[in-house]
Amino acid sequence: MSFILTAVLVLGLTGLVLGLVLYAVSRRFKVEEDPRVGQILELLPAANCGGCGFPGCAAFAEACVKQESMDGLKCSVCKSEVMHQIAAIAGHSVELGAEKVAVVRCNGSCANRPNLRVYDGAPSCAAAALMNGGATGCFYGCLGCGDCVKVCKFDAIKMDPETGLPVVDQDKCTACGACVKACPRMIIELRSKNKLDRRVYVSCVNKDKGPVAKKACDVACIGCGKCVKACPFEAITLENNLAYIDFEKCRLCRKCVDECPQHSILAVNFPPKRVAEPAPENQVEQQTEQ
Amino acid sequence: MNTFKIGGVHPEPNKLTADRKIETLALPVQAVFPLSQHIGAPAVPCVQKGDTVRVGTRIAEPGGFMSASIHSSVSGKVAKIDSVIDASGVRKPAIFIDVEGDEWEPSIDRSDKLVLQSNKSREEIVECIKNAGIVGMGGACFPTHVKLCPPKECTIDTLIINAVECEPYLTADHRLMLEHSDEIIIGIKIILKVLGIDHAVIGIEANKPDAITLMRSKTSMVSGIEVMPLQMKYPQGGEKQLIEAVTGRQVPPPPALPANVGCVVQNVGTVFAVYEAVMKNKPLIERIVTVTGQDVKNPCNLKVRMGTPVSQLIEYAGGMPENTGKLISGGPMMGRPLLDDTAPVVKGTSGILMIPEADAIRRAERNCIRCAKCVQACPMGLEPYLLATASEASDWECAEENWIMSCIECGCCQSTCPSRRPLLDWVRLAKNRVGGIIRARNAKK
Repeated sequence: MSFILTAVLVLGLTGLVLGLVLYAVSRRFKVEEDPRVGQILELLPAANCGGCGFPGCAAFAEACVKQESMDGLKCSVCKSEVMHQIAAIAGHSVELGAEKVAVVRCNGSCANRPNLRVYDGAPSCAAAALMNGGATGCFYGCLGCGDCVKVCKFDAIKMDPETGLPVVDQDKCTACGACVKACPRMIIELRSKNKLDRRVYVSCVNKDKGPVAKKACDVACIGCGKCVKACPFEAITLENNLAYIDFEKCRLCRKCVDECPQHSILAVNFPPKRVAEPAPENQVEQQTEQ
Repeated sequence: MNTFKIGGVHPEPNKLTADRKIETLALPVQAVFPLSQHIGAPAVPCVQKGDTVRVGTRIAEPGGFMSASIHSSVSGKVAKIDSVIDASGVRKPAIFIDVEGDEWEPSIDRSDKLVLQSNKSREEIVECIKNAGIVGMGGACFPTHVKLCPPKECTIDTLIINAVECEPYLTADHRLMLEHSDEIIIGIKIILKVLGIDHAVIGIEANKPDAITLMRSKTSMVSGIEVMPLQMKYPQGGEKQLIEAVTGRQVPPPPALPANVGCVVQNVGTVFAVYEAVMKNKPLIERIVTVTGQDVKNPCNLKVRMGTPVSQLIEYAGGMPENTGKLISGGPMMGRPLLDDTAPVVKGTSGILMIPEADAIRRAERNCIRCAKCVQACPMGLEPYLLATASEASDWECAEENWIMSCIECGCCQSTCPSRRPLLDWVRLAKNRVGGIIRARNAKK
């Protein structure tokens, strides 16, 4: 009986002594952490996507508390109300721009831009871009190996097997910008979401002269400049044989879409044209009021 | 017989054109000169649309220290300065010249007479080489005048002439040695004078016994130049491998240069171009190109003016066989696939290779089975499987730690892989990225 008692006593005492040591050490070497960091961290998505430019959500939370203002701090995944909450915890005020979404600016599907060659190297757009111009005649368009799909942490971008082009799921996309960085051809751009997710954009990045671009792809921008003239808001610029629509100036009037002889300007999420004829006018007004 | 110690592979030599004499190709209708045909900054055009040029007229000046000038290889009018898809498969700015007649610059000595002596000083010779726009003719296109001015702290004791031609199919250097051996010997003497040394070794692989015998007989009367037959092994023509094979010295990893171990390596084609530039005042406007392939009707070695479209070379060789699956500029191991046959011949075009579809196709890749064949084959002692995996995972740090910048892109790893993994593609990608990171880091300092 006594040996059980000895064992209990010895172990109990050892435990007690070690516990005291641990307590003393933890008091002595205590790391002061701002409780706000923890609170902010709970609000963050914990995806560690890096879209904010910090190594992870914890680093972002710490930066929110440490920095004087919220300038340059934006979690692309969080909705605006969450960002306001975070700012409130950190004791700053925050002004948020328009919400954004990733847009693939290439419409060179298999039908519009047929394959002329076979690329059978490493299945990576970056490797294909290093090798040569890719399998089609266009030296600017999508290579179709899916580097953007691989880097998306939110499962928001997928390859369409029919067109061979990536498709962004606008509900899942958080505009973290990972795909923008991954694309070696700089095709993907973050554009403002607008009301009802409506967007008008030039779905081409081909900087070649008109005839060369046209030969490579049926829907390539040929830099004719018709859209520039048609735009009543001076939102379209033409540089290096390529039109670009500034989404901050664009009022979604869609005049350029009808003008484009190459059909390279796309308008998405608009209701069908015939029904919507009067609607765009209202749309413009609403946008202006905002 | 000497060779380098680690790694290497033995591809089928397939030297179909070894006994075909060099033939001269007719002038093209329009010659195209891409502005970046060399390592370093692109050249800057010094002619305008409508200008009349002669053969040998300089049409573009070097764009920096590490750059080379470009000369017109034809006479005629500058049609336009536009862009062209060159052998690297990328659209690059280029000068287009419409050919009219064949009028040469009067300063060029066009006779076949051998010029033995020149009283030019070292500086004048380097200037002459620089003005002639000479770059390494083996394919890397490193400006030769830069290579001939090694850093001051390095003492050079050996000039190595690269006549290995380890790439299968190619025979341009082999034929050049057989037909222009005297010029090459004089060229070597010129380079020895520039470097201020008296010892040169010509490294030739054992599969060219006729070239070895000929060069031996030509050098027997010349002191200081030695011919060294080397055991056949790819990539013996790599600069570092050749230095090891010839001298037994190992070049340390980058940024160390061959000059750090006292060696300067020049290709025989470059030596021939140096002879023509210094003795005949002729800039780099022609080169020997091997046009070959298993099913090509008339595989041949051609003397081609720069800027000639590849299609003209193919036509001369009997047209492109119907079963061609890949058209390659350079050799089968290190060459680059051409997008189409409109690309012009440039300073680095050593061969045009038409590979039948059955051989060209890459079969589906499988998982790595850790057999380490790639490690055994790597002549630089790297671990290609590891580098490729790091690249696939975008782990550039891991790639850099494992010496990716030492890779010479010879392709031994990929050719031995039983799982047919595209190792070289991944390694090239990582090398490109790591190179960018290192440059950015150095720029910050």
